[in-house]
Amino acid sequence: MSNTRILELIVGAFVILGVLAVFFLTMRVSNLASQGDTRGGYLVQARFENIGGLKAGAPVSMAGVRVGRVTGIQIDPQSFEAVVSIELGSRYNYIPDDSDASILTAGLLGEQYIGLAPGGSERPLQAGDTIKFTQSALILEQIIGQFLFSKAEQGLDKPATTP
Amino acid sequence: MRQALLLPFEIVLDFVQRLGRSVIFLGNTISALPALLLRPSLIVQQMYSIGVLSLIIIVISGAFVGMVLALQGYRTLVDFGAEESLGAVVALTIVRELGPVVTALLFAGRAGSAVAAEIGLMRATEQLDGMSMMAVDPIKRVVAPRFLAGVLCLPLLTAIFSMMAIGVVGGYLIGVQLLGVDSGAYWSQIQSTVEFEGDVLNGIIKSLAFGVVISWIAVFQGYHAAPTAEGVSRATTRTVVVSSLVVLGLDFILTSLMFGGV
Repeated sequence: MSNTRILELIVGAFVILGVLAVFFLTMRVSNLASQGDTRGGYLVQARFENIGGLKAGAPVSMAGVRVGRVTGIQIDPQSFEAVVSIELGSRYNYIPDDSDASILTAGLLGEQYIGLAPGGSERPLQAGDTIKFTQSALILEQIIGQFLFSKAEQGLDKPATTP
Repeated sequence: MRQALLLPFEIVLDFVQRLGRSVIFLGNTISALPALLLRPSLIVQQMYSIGVLSLIIIVISGAFVGMVLALQGYRTLVDFGAEESLGAVVALTIVRELGPVVTALLFAGRAGSAVAAEIGLMRATEQLDGMSMMAVDPIKRVVAPRFLAGVLCLPLLTAIFSMMAIGVVGGYLIGVQLLGVDSGAYWSQIQSTVEFEGDVLNGIIKSLAFGVVISWIAVFQGYHAAPTAEGVSRATTRTVVVSSLVVLGLDFILTSLMFGGV
Protein backbone atom coordinates (compact mmCIF):
# COMPACT_ATOMS: atom_id res chain seq x y z
CA MET A 1 0.00 0.00 0.00
CA SER A 2 1.25 3.42 -0.84
CA ASN A 3 1.85 6.02 1.80
CA THR A 4 -0.93 8.34 0.73
CA ARG A 5 -3.41 5.48 0.83
CA ILE A 6 -2.56 4.71 4.45
CA LEU A 7 -2.78 8.40 5.30
CA GLU A 8 -6.17 8.75 3.69
CA LEU A 9 -7.41 5.61 5.42
CA ILE A 10 -6.34 6.94 8.82
CA VAL A 11 -7.97 10.32 8.22
CA GLY A 12 -11.13 8.59 7.00
CA ALA A 13 -11.22 6.48 10.16
CA PHE A 14 -10.76 9.62 12.24
CA VAL A 15 -13.68 11.35 10.53
CA ILE A 16 -15.87 8.27 10.98
CA LEU A 17 -14.96 8.18 14.68
CA GLY A 18 -15.88 11.85 15.01
CA VAL A 19 -19.19 11.43 13.22
CA LEU A 20 -19.95 8.41 15.40
CA ALA A 21 -19.26 10.54 18.46
CA VAL A 22 -21.67 13.22 17.22
CA PHE A 23 -24.20 10.47 16.59
CA PHE A 24 -23.64 9.15 20.10
CA LEU A 25 -24.24 12.61 21.53
CA THR A 26 -27.47 13.12 19.61
CA MET A 27 -28.95 9.67 20.02
CA ARG A 28 -27.68 8.24 23.27
CA VAL A 29 -27.17 11.43 25.27
CA SER A 30 -29.84 13.83 24.08
CA ASN A 31 -32.25 11.02 23.20
CA LEU A 32 -33.39 12.60 19.95
CA ALA A 33 -34.75 9.25 18.77
CA SER A 34 -37.25 8.70 21.56
CA GLN A 35 -38.31 12.35 21.63
CA GLY A 36 -40.00 11.54 18.34
CA ASP A 37 -42.12 9.05 20.28
CA THR A 38 -44.43 11.57 21.82
CA ARG A 39 -44.32 13.84 18.80
CA GLY A 40 -47.35 13.21 16.65
CA GLY A 41 -49.36 12.55 19.75
CA TYR A 42 -52.55 14.35 20.61
CA LEU A 43 -53.07 17.51 22.66
CA VAL A 44 -55.30 17.81 25.70
CA GLN A 45 -55.57 20.61 28.23
CA ALA A 46 -55.76 20.74 31.97
CA ARG A 47 -56.55 23.70 34.23
CA PHE A 48 -54.81 24.13 37.55
CA GLU A 49 -55.23 26.69 40.30
CA ASN A 50 -51.51 26.65 40.90
CA ILE A 51 -48.86 24.79 38.97
CA GLY A 52 -45.97 25.45 41.35
CA GLY A 53 -42.72 24.93 39.48
CA LEU A 54 -44.05 22.98 36.50
CA LYS A 55 -42.22 23.75 33.27
CA ALA A 56 -42.82 23.09 29.60
CA GLY A 57 -41.23 19.79 28.68
CA ALA A 58 -42.05 18.20 32.03
CA PRO A 59 -43.09 14.54 31.82
CA VAL A 60 -46.68 13.35 32.14
CA SER A 61 -46.92 9.88 33.58
CA MET A 62 -49.55 7.37 34.45
CA ALA A 63 -48.81 4.73 37.07
CA GLY A 64 -45.19 5.87 36.78
CA VAL A 65 -45.04 5.23 33.04
CA ARG A 66 -44.27 8.23 30.89
CA VAL A 67 -47.18 8.78 28.51
CA GLY A 68 -46.57 12.34 27.32
CA ARG A 69 -45.14 15.72 28.12
CA VAL A 70 -46.17 19.29 28.88
CA THR A 71 -45.95 21.39 25.71
CA GLY A 72 -47.09 24.79 26.92
CA ILE A 73 -48.34 26.77 29.87
CA GLN A 74 -50.61 29.81 29.60
CA ILE A 75 -52.79 31.74 31.99
CA ASP A 76 -56.52 32.11 31.43
CA PRO A 77 -57.26 35.86 31.41
CA GLN A 78 -60.78 35.38 32.83
CA SER A 79 -60.41 32.82 35.58
CA PHE A 80 -56.69 33.38 36.26
CA GLU A 81 -56.12 29.67 36.18
CA ALA A 82 -53.08 28.07 34.62
CA VAL A 83 -53.91 26.28 31.38
CA VAL A 84 -51.45 23.50 30.73
CA SER A 85 -51.26 21.90 27.28
CA ILE A 86 -50.33 18.26 27.43
CA GLU A 87 -49.21 16.15 24.52
CA LEU A 88 -50.02 12.49 25.01
CA GLY A 89 -48.42 9.80 22.87
CA SER A 90 -50.75 8.50 20.18
CA ARG A 91 -50.16 4.96 21.47
CA TYR A 92 -51.95 5.91 24.67
CA ASN A 93 -55.40 6.45 23.19
CA TYR A 94 -57.28 4.57 25.90
CA ILE A 95 -56.92 6.97 28.86
CA PRO A 96 -60.41 7.50 30.36
CA ASP A 97 -61.71 11.07 29.95
CA ASP A 98 -62.55 11.41 33.65
CA SER A 99 -58.94 10.78 34.65
CA ASP A 100 -57.49 12.90 37.40
CA ALA A 101 -54.38 15.04 36.78
CA SER A 102 -52.26 16.16 39.71
CA ILE A 103 -48.94 17.95 39.89
CA LEU A 104 -46.46 15.82 41.78
CA THR A 105 -42.83 16.19 42.71
CA ALA A 106 -40.20 13.57 41.98
CA GLY A 107 -38.44 13.20 45.31
CA LEU A 108 -38.28 15.94 47.91
CA LEU A 109 -36.50 18.55 45.78
CA GLY A 110 -36.96 17.02 42.34
CA GLU A 111 -38.60 18.25 39.19
CA GLN A 112 -42.36 18.56 39.08
CA TYR A 113 -44.40 16.40 36.76
CA ILE A 114 -48.04 15.63 36.05
CA GLY A 115 -49.40 12.32 37.28
CA LEU A 116 -52.56 10.94 35.72
CA ALA A 117 -54.80 8.67 37.78
CA PRO A 118 -57.29 6.73 35.61
CA GLY A 119 -61.02 7.27 36.06
CA GLY A 120 -63.79 4.83 35.29
CA SER A 121 -65.28 6.31 32.14
CA GLU A 122 -65.70 4.24 29.01
CA ARG A 123 -64.91 7.16 26.73
CA PRO A 124 -61.19 7.79 26.15
CA LEU A 125 -59.56 11.23 26.12
CA GLN A 126 -59.46 12.74 22.66
CA ALA A 127 -57.54 15.57 21.06
CA GLY A 128 -58.78 18.94 22.31
CA ASP A 129 -60.38 17.55 25.46
CA THR A 130 -59.90 19.19 28.83
CA ILE A 131 -59.10 17.12 31.87
CA LYS A 132 -61.81 18.02 34.40
CA PHE A 133 -60.40 16.77 37.66
CA THR A 134 -57.15 18.40 38.61
CA GLN A 135 -55.16 18.85 41.76
CA SER A 136 -52.77 21.76 42.13
CA ALA A 137 -49.16 21.55 43.12
CA LEU A 138 -48.35 21.32 46.78
CA ILE A 139 -46.57 24.49 47.75
CA LEU A 140 -44.21 23.61 50.55
CA GLU A 141 -44.21 27.12 52.02
CA GLN A 142 -48.02 27.19 52.27
CA ILE A 143 -48.10 23.84 54.03
CA ILE A 144 -45.44 24.93 56.51
CA GLY A 145 -47.34 28.19 57.01
CA GLN A 146 -50.60 26.37 57.72
CA PHE A 147 -48.83 24.01 60.06
CA LEU A 148 -47.24 26.84 62.04
CA PHE A 149 -50.55 28.71 62.13
CA SER A 150 -52.44 25.72 63.50
CA LYS A 151 -49.72 25.15 66.09
CA ALA A 152 -49.99 28.78 67.15
CA GLU A 153 -53.77 28.47 67.50
CA GLN A 154 -53.36 25.37 69.66
CA GLY A 155 -50.97 27.35 71.83
CA LEU A 156 -53.66 30.05 72.32
CA ASP A 157 -56.26 27.49 73.44
CA LYS A 158 -54.03 26.05 76.12
CA PRO A 159 -52.30 28.89 78.02
CA ALA A 160 -48.87 27.95 79.17
CA THR A 161 -48.95 26.35 82.63
CA THR A 162 -46.75 28.05 85.10
CA PRO A 163 -44.62 25.74 87.20
CA MET B 1 10.55 63.23 26.09
CA ARG B 2 8.36 63.60 23.11
CA GLN B 3 9.03 59.98 22.17
CA ALA B 4 8.16 58.75 25.67
CA LEU B 5 4.85 60.56 25.50
CA LEU B 6 4.03 59.06 22.13
CA LEU B 7 4.88 55.49 23.21
CA PRO B 8 1.36 54.51 24.41
CA PHE B 9 -0.09 55.77 21.13
CA GLU B 10 2.45 53.70 19.26
CA ILE B 11 1.44 50.58 21.17
CA VAL B 12 -2.26 51.16 20.56
CA LEU B 13 -1.66 51.91 16.89
CA ASP B 14 0.48 48.78 16.56
CA PHE B 15 -2.27 46.70 18.09
CA VAL B 16 -4.98 48.14 15.84
CA GLN B 17 -2.79 47.69 12.79
CA ARG B 18 -2.08 44.06 13.70
CA LEU B 19 -5.78 43.43 14.24
CA GLY B 20 -6.65 44.93 10.87
CA ARG B 21 -3.93 42.93 9.18
CA SER B 22 -5.22 39.73 10.75
CA VAL B 23 -8.78 40.42 9.58
CA ILE B 24 -7.58 41.07 6.01
CA PHE B 25 -5.50 37.89 6.29
CA LEU B 26 -8.60 35.95 7.38
CA GLY B 27 -10.48 37.35 4.39
CA ASN B 28 -7.69 36.27 2.03
CA THR B 29 -7.62 32.81 3.58
CA ILE B 30 -11.37 32.35 3.27
CA SER B 31 -11.38 33.53 -0.33
CA ALA B 32 -8.68 30.94 -1.05
CA LEU B 33 -10.85 28.12 0.33
CA PRO B 34 -12.88 27.36 -2.86
CA ALA B 35 -9.66 26.71 -4.80
CA LEU B 36 -8.91 23.98 -2.24
CA LEU B 37 -11.75 21.86 -3.58
CA LEU B 38 -9.54 21.07 -6.55
CA ARG B 39 -6.87 19.59 -4.31
CA PRO B 40 -8.57 17.74 -1.44
CA SER B 41 -5.41 15.74 -0.77
CA LEU B 42 -3.90 18.86 0.84
CA ILE B 43 -6.75 18.94 3.36
CA VAL B 44 -6.46 15.22 4.06
CA GLN B 45 -2.75 15.62 4.84
CA GLN B 46 -3.44 18.48 7.22
CA MET B 47 -6.34 16.68 8.87
CA TYR B 48 -3.91 13.89 9.62
CA SER B 49 -1.32 16.09 11.27
CA ILE B 50 -3.86 18.35 12.99
CA GLY B 51 -6.72 15.99 13.82
CA VAL B 52 -5.49 12.42 13.97
CA LEU B 53 -2.29 13.24 15.82
CA SER B 54 -4.30 15.17 18.43
CA LEU B 55 -6.56 12.20 19.00
CA ILE B 56 -4.56 10.54 21.77
CA ILE B 57 -4.31 13.59 24.01
CA ILE B 58 -8.05 14.32 23.49
CA VAL B 59 -9.15 10.77 24.26
CA ILE B 60 -7.02 10.47 27.39
CA SER B 61 -7.95 13.91 28.75
CA GLY B 62 -11.62 13.28 28.00
CA ALA B 63 -11.56 10.08 29.98
CA PHE B 64 -9.85 11.67 32.98
CA VAL B 65 -12.01 14.80 33.00
CA GLY B 66 -15.11 12.61 33.02
CA MET B 67 -13.69 10.44 35.78
CA VAL B 68 -12.86 13.40 38.01
CA LEU B 69 -16.27 15.01 37.42
CA ALA B 70 -18.05 11.77 38.32
CA LEU B 71 -15.97 11.36 41.48
CA GLN B 72 -16.52 14.93 42.67
CA GLY B 73 -20.17 15.02 41.63
CA TYR B 74 -20.86 11.78 43.45
CA ARG B 75 -19.39 13.02 46.72
CA THR B 76 -21.69 16.06 46.66
CA LEU B 77 -24.81 14.32 45.38
CA VAL B 78 -24.64 11.36 47.76
CA ASP B 79 -25.28 13.69 50.72
CA PHE B 80 -28.70 14.49 49.24
CA GLY B 81 -29.42 10.91 48.22
CA ALA B 82 -29.43 12.14 44.65
CA GLU B 83 -26.54 10.10 43.27
CA GLU B 84 -28.87 8.92 40.49
CA SER B 85 -28.53 12.42 38.98
CA LEU B 86 -24.80 11.89 38.51
CA GLY B 87 -25.25 11.19 34.82
CA ALA B 88 -27.10 14.47 34.30
CA VAL B 89 -24.42 16.44 36.16
CA VAL B 90 -21.56 14.92 34.19
CA ALA B 91 -23.32 15.08 30.81
CA LEU B 92 -24.52 18.67 31.11
CA THR B 93 -21.15 19.93 32.33
CA ILE B 94 -19.31 18.15 29.54
CA VAL B 95 -21.67 18.85 26.67
CA ARG B 96 -22.23 22.52 27.46
CA GLU B 97 -18.89 23.75 28.78
CA LEU B 98 -15.99 21.45 29.49
CA GLY B 99 -16.12 19.51 26.25
CA PRO B 100 -15.76 22.45 23.86
CA VAL B 101 -13.47 24.53 26.10
CA VAL B 102 -11.01 21.88 27.30
CA THR B 103 -10.78 20.39 23.82
CA ALA B 104 -10.13 23.85 22.37
CA LEU B 105 -7.40 24.58 24.94
CA LEU B 106 -5.70 21.25 24.31
CA PHE B 107 -6.09 21.76 20.56
CA ALA B 108 -4.46 25.19 20.78
CA GLY B 109 -1.55 23.68 22.68
CA ARG B 110 -1.15 20.59 20.53
CA ALA B 111 -2.14 21.61 17.00
CA GLY B 112 -2.19 25.44 17.01
CA SER B 113 1.39 25.69 18.20
CA ALA B 114 2.53 23.11 15.64
CA VAL B 115 0.86 24.97 12.77
CA ALA B 116 2.32 28.32 13.86
CA ALA B 117 5.81 26.85 14.22
CA GLU B 118 5.62 25.09 10.85
CA ILE B 119 4.47 28.17 8.92
CA GLY B 120 6.83 30.39 10.92
CA LEU B 121 9.76 28.17 10.01
CA MET B 122 8.73 28.27 6.35
CA ARG B 123 8.77 32.05 6.65
CA ALA B 124 12.19 32.05 8.36
CA THR B 125 13.73 29.70 5.79
CA GLU B 126 12.22 31.76 2.96
CA GLN B 127 10.17 28.86 1.63
CA LEU B 128 7.09 31.10 1.48
CA ASP B 129 8.98 33.68 -0.56
CA GLY B 130 10.25 30.90 -2.80
CA MET B 131 6.68 29.80 -3.47
CA SER B 132 5.62 33.33 -4.40
CA MET B 133 8.60 33.51 -6.76
CA MET B 134 7.33 30.38 -8.49
CA ALA B 135 3.87 31.97 -8.77
CA VAL B 136 2.45 29.58 -6.17
CA ASP B 137 0.23 31.47 -3.77
CA PRO B 138 1.43 30.43 -0.29
CA ILE B 139 -1.95 31.36 1.17
CA LYS B 140 -3.65 28.86 -1.12
CA ARG B 141 -0.97 26.19 -0.83
CA VAL B 142 0.05 26.45 2.82
CA VAL B 143 -2.34 28.55 4.88
CA ALA B 144 -5.82 27.65 3.63
CA PRO B 145 -5.50 23.83 4.00
CA ARG B 146 -4.27 24.18 7.59
CA PHE B 147 -7.02 26.64 8.42
CA LEU B 148 -9.79 24.49 6.97
CA ALA B 149 -8.43 21.31 8.54
CA GLY B 150 -8.40 23.00 11.95
CA VAL B 151 -11.98 24.22 11.56
CA LEU B 152 -13.15 20.76 10.50
CA CYS B 153 -11.20 18.81 13.11
CA LEU B 154 -12.09 20.66 16.31
CA PRO B 155 -15.83 19.81 16.34
CA LEU B 156 -15.00 16.16 15.65
CA LEU B 157 -12.40 16.12 18.42
CA THR B 158 -14.89 17.80 20.77
CA ALA B 159 -17.50 15.16 20.05
CA ILE B 160 -14.93 12.43 20.70
CA PHE B 161 -13.87 14.13 23.93
CA SER B 162 -17.48 14.34 25.13
CA MET B 163 -18.16 10.75 24.19
CA MET B 164 -15.10 9.55 26.11
CA ALA B 165 -15.94 11.69 29.14
CA ILE B 166 -19.61 10.75 29.42
CA GLY B 167 -20.14 7.33 28.08
CA VAL B 168 -17.19 5.20 27.24
CA VAL B 169 -14.71 5.52 30.06
CA GLY B 170 -15.02 8.66 32.19
CA GLY B 171 -18.30 9.18 33.99
CA TYR B 172 -19.65 5.75 33.15
CA LEU B 173 -16.64 3.86 34.44
CA ILE B 174 -16.43 5.74 37.73
CA GLY B 175 -20.15 6.30 38.34
CA VAL B 176 -21.60 2.99 37.26
CA GLN B 177 -18.80 0.47 37.53
CA LEU B 178 -16.96 1.83 40.54
CA LEU B 179 -19.42 3.80 42.69
CA GLY B 180 -22.45 1.65 41.91
CA VAL B 181 -24.88 4.13 40.38
CA ASP B 182 -27.52 2.16 38.50
CA SER B 183 -26.69 2.02 34.81
CA GLY B 184 -30.31 2.57 33.74
CA ALA B 185 -30.70 5.57 36.04
CA TYR B 186 -27.41 7.02 34.78
CA TRP B 187 -28.55 6.94 31.15
CA SER B 188 -32.18 7.90 31.73
CA GLN B 189 -31.12 10.94 33.78
CA ILE B 190 -28.79 11.97 30.96
CA GLN B 191 -31.48 11.50 28.35
CA SER B 192 -34.16 13.39 30.25
CA THR B 193 -31.98 16.44 30.97
CA VAL B 194 -29.78 16.88 27.90
CA GLU B 195 -31.61 18.40 24.95
CA PHE B 196 -30.46 18.19 21.39
CA GLU B 197 -30.92 21.79 20.26
CA GLY B 198 -30.28 23.45 23.58
CA ASP B 199 -27.20 21.52 24.63
CA VAL B 200 -25.61 19.29 22.01
CA LEU B 201 -26.07 21.61 19.06
CA ASN B 202 -24.88 24.64 21.02
CA GLY B 203 -21.80 22.68 22.08
CA ILE B 204 -21.03 21.89 18.45
CA ILE B 205 -21.55 25.54 17.43
CA LYS B 206 -19.19 26.57 20.21
CA SER B 207 -16.48 24.18 19.08
CA LEU B 208 -16.88 25.33 15.49
CA ALA B 209 -16.34 28.95 16.60
CA PHE B 210 -13.30 27.92 18.65
CA GLY B 211 -11.95 26.01 15.66
CA VAL B 212 -12.17 29.11 13.45
CA VAL B 213 -10.53 31.33 16.08
CA ILE B 214 -7.67 28.98 16.96
CA SER B 215 -6.84 28.16 13.34
CA TRP B 216 -7.00 31.82 12.42
CA ILE B 217 -4.64 32.86 15.19
CA ALA B 218 -2.23 29.99 14.48
CA VAL B 219 -1.89 30.60 10.73
CA PHE B 220 -1.72 34.36 11.19
CA GLN B 221 0.98 34.21 13.85
CA GLY B 222 3.01 31.77 11.79
CA TYR B 223 2.62 33.66 8.54
CA HIS B 224 3.57 37.00 10.05
CA ALA B 225 6.34 35.69 12.29
CA ALA B 226 9.64 37.54 12.27
CA PRO B 227 11.94 35.46 10.03
CA THR B 228 14.32 34.51 12.83
CA ALA B 229 14.58 31.68 15.35
CA GLU B 230 13.32 34.03 18.03
CA GLY B 231 10.44 35.15 15.82
CA VAL B 232 9.29 31.55 15.34
CA SER B 233 9.40 30.83 19.04
CA ARG B 234 7.52 34.05 19.78
CA ALA B 235 4.86 33.18 17.21
CA THR B 236 4.38 29.75 18.78
CA THR B 237 4.07 31.15 22.29
CA ARG B 238 1.71 33.87 21.17
CA THR B 239 -0.50 31.38 19.39
CA VAL B 240 -1.01 29.33 22.53
CA VAL B 241 -1.43 32.30 24.87
CA VAL B 242 -3.69 34.40 22.65
CA SER B 243 -5.88 31.55 21.47
CA SER B 244 -6.33 30.22 25.03
CA LEU B 245 -7.41 33.65 26.23
CA VAL B 246 -9.68 34.24 23.25
CA VAL B 247 -11.28 30.81 23.68
CA LEU B 248 -12.08 31.50 27.32
CA GLY B 249 -13.43 34.97 26.59
CA LEU B 250 -15.41 33.82 23.58
CA ASP B 251 -16.81 30.96 25.63
CA PHE B 252 -18.24 33.43 28.12
CA ILE B 253 -19.85 35.46 25.35
CA LEU B 254 -21.28 32.40 23.60
CA THR B 255 -22.53 30.94 26.88
CA SER B 256 -24.32 34.14 27.81
CA LEU B 257 -25.85 34.27 24.32
CA MET B 258 -26.92 30.63 24.36
CA PHE B 259 -27.83 29.94 27.96
CA GLY B 260 -28.05 33.38 29.53
CA GLY B 261 -31.46 34.48 28.33
CA VAL B 262 -34.24 32.84 30.32
